[in-house]
Amino acid sequence: MNILTDLVHAGHWDEDPTGTSSLPVFRGSTFSQKDLGGHSRWDYGRSGNPTRAGLEEAIAKLEGGVAGYAFASGIAAVNSVLMMFQTGDHIVVGEDIYGGSFRTLTTIFARWGLGVTWVDASDLEQVEKAIVPATKAVFVETPSNPLLRICDLRGIARIAHAHGLLAIVDNTFQTPLLQRPLDLGFHVSVHSGTKFLGGHSDVVAGLVAVSDAAVGKRLYAVQNGFGAILGPDDSWMVLRGIRTLAARLEAQQRNAARLAGWLAARQEVSAVHYPGMKSHPGHDLHASQTSGPGAVLSFDLGSEAAALAFLQAVKIPLTAVSLGGIETILSWPCRMSHASMPRSERLKRGIGDGLVRLSAGLESVEDLEADFAQALSGG
Amino acid sequence: MDQATATSIVEANSLDTLLAQAGSRWDVRTGGVSMPIHMAATFRHPALGESTGWDYSRSGNPTRDVLEALLARLEGGSRALAFSTGMAALDCLLRTLPPGRTIVVPEEIYGGTWRILENLSVPAGVNLRWVPFSDLASRPAQILSGADMLLFETPTNPTLLDADAAPILRAARAAGTLSVVDSTFLTPVLLRPLELGADVVVHSGTKYLSGHNDTTAGVLVVRDAALAERLAALQNTTGAALSPFDSWLFLRGLKTLHLRVARQQESARELAAALAAFPGVERVMYPGRGGMVAFEADSPERVESMLRRVKIWIFAESLGGTESLVTVPSVQTHAAVAPQVRERLGINDRLVRLSVGLEDVSELAQDMKQALENA
Repeated sequence: MNILTDLVHAGHWDEDPTGTSSLPVFRGSTFSQKDLGGHSRWDYGRSGNPTRAGLEEAIAKLEGGVAGYAFASGIAAVNSVLMMFQTGDHIVVGEDIYGGSFRTLTTIFARWGLGVTWVDASDLEQVEKAIVPATKAVFVETPSNPLLRICDLRGIARIAHAHGLLAIVDNTFQTPLLQRPLDLGFHVSVHSGTKFLGGHSDVVAGLVAVSDAAVGKRLYAVQNGFGAILGPDDSWMVLRGIRTLAARLEAQQRNAARLAGWLAARQEVSAVHYPGMKSHPGHDLHASQTSGPGAVLSFDLGSEAAALAFLQAVKIPLTAVSLGGIETILSWPCRMSHASMPRSERLKRGIGDGLVRLSAGLESVEDLEADFAQALSGG
Repeated sequence: MDQATATSIVEANSLDTLLAQAGSRWDVRTGGVSMPIHMAATFRHPALGESTGWDYSRSGNPTRDVLEALLARLEGGSRALAFSTGMAALDCLLRTLPPGRTIVVPEEIYGGTWRILENLSVPAGVNLRWVPFSDLASRPAQILSGADMLLFETPTNPTLLDADAAPILRAARAAGTLSVVDSTFLTPVLLRPLELGADVVVHSGTKYLSGHNDTTAGVLVVRDAALAERLAALQNTTGAALSPFDSWLFLRGLKTLHLRVARQQESARELAAALAAFPGVERVMYPGRGGMVAFEADSPERVESMLRRVKIWIFAESLGGTESLVTVPSVQTHAAVAPQVRERLGINDRLVRLSVGLEDVSELAQDMKQALENA
């Protein structure tokens, strides 16, 4: 079935006796067990909940995977995926990964003894060279956050398969509507469901889809054992968001593309990073593995003072952490998403103090351009 | 309007921007970008004779207030009121008519509206004058002579007769008739009746406005501030106000209204064009705008068999949600209308109403075609 149809019907529940158009929110923490042989489908809300299962089935289907898992946040999903490994294991990670993933790897998992080698994931040679006998996985993001760098998903999957590694991708920026990494050979696709999937800036959630039943079994053991599950209300909220994903993301992508061109023409802007622009170094590669450039871009205003003045002068976008909501959101990576990264590390990765990230919303693009123009001209 | 509610609306004029940021700016204390759900039934008073602006949730609730302020802005009215259902909204409005007053209503109208008028307004002493929709469209001045209120839909439910609302509303103004438009099918994205001269707009918010088939709600938007105040007093007295949680769901739905309506209209146009060639389809009704389509099949058996065979379409009443619904008005939405009237209006057992959703349109067409084929 076409993905548009799947999106709209996400969470329709065949077992429901009422024919309801909206999957019920099952709040029960426990379930009376008629089959005392231990074969009841539902027994305890942490282990499984019908509303959460509706969402988990939806993300599995949308990603083309065999199973899906929903967590309390995107970073709970990342942590749960990483907990499939053990002390002494090693993973190869793209260096411009989301700041929260960087933090958990360099603090919690470093203490545990999970080895990490940071690589420029857009360089396949570097990825392959970083592999050691203890390596168990490669973990990348494309486009990366906040510089929108592109790595070669097919190439990384090929390396992972050749070395018997798990290939893990954070697919938050693209969503399965635009990019389906499992189809390209990845084993695990992780999402912050807070972003485009939930899409309304009103729920915090994480989602994972896997292409392999054995990997799914390992992840389920972590989900059930560690317990960072998504609650029934929030599961329902994400499902509600998914119904309009295609309509939202297509419109947001249109706005992003237009704003990218508009920003690039302004003299106050020293650089625009958007994979939809021909001038972007990853433009062709990105186009070969996705069906759209996405709705996130970043641009450089050259200095901390210029970025601060701009962010204080804009009236329509929200200045906030997060992305993928219906509102246009501006964030300042050096103070927000990447504040947990030391400045030296940040600058090494090209994330300067004047860099601003933009997640295009559903507002009128003319309104946004007028607002940016007044903000760039000094408010 | 209190300060917090006023500042909850983004400083912008275009509908898209207003919708995308529905409720996003209310919470100045935490900066939370989603309107908080104020579940409180009652509100603490600072001192005797003082109020925070909120006293009791039936009379006013911060979450509902933000929804109402935005709806007023979207329709261009002085005030909007949110109710627990579309019928509750209409009921509140009809209660303003004292015995002896006359209301003009086209026969082509939603069955629930028919029921409330016949079962509640008529026993309350209101003179009900049913008119053909075509007469209202072609000679509104004659039709409206002596009428106190006019209530109509365009396009009509379910046969989708459409009219230019502007001349009708001008005639109502000239006749001193209070004009009420049920604008559920078009929403402010496609029609803004108050700008064309209407006095009141009524909506079933259950449909396109909230848009996800997961809440029931009703709306009145009023031009005149004095009438709005009377209606607010009635709402507080009879108590069918929308709950905080449903108000919030409604706000969430509004954020994508412009996208949904545009896509649904586009798909409806495509589907309406394709339907004419499908097996057993005698006549397609589509006015060229909106997301609703109707058709007449060659036999009731064809309809019955189609309903059993559809795989993507959901056989259910209601409309305007993300999922495509197929409805048989004669036994569902218009069952309350007298059978002989139904027959005269073409609401027979071969009439099928479609609410086109956000699914892939070629799959919707294919599914309907295969379901009609094998009858």
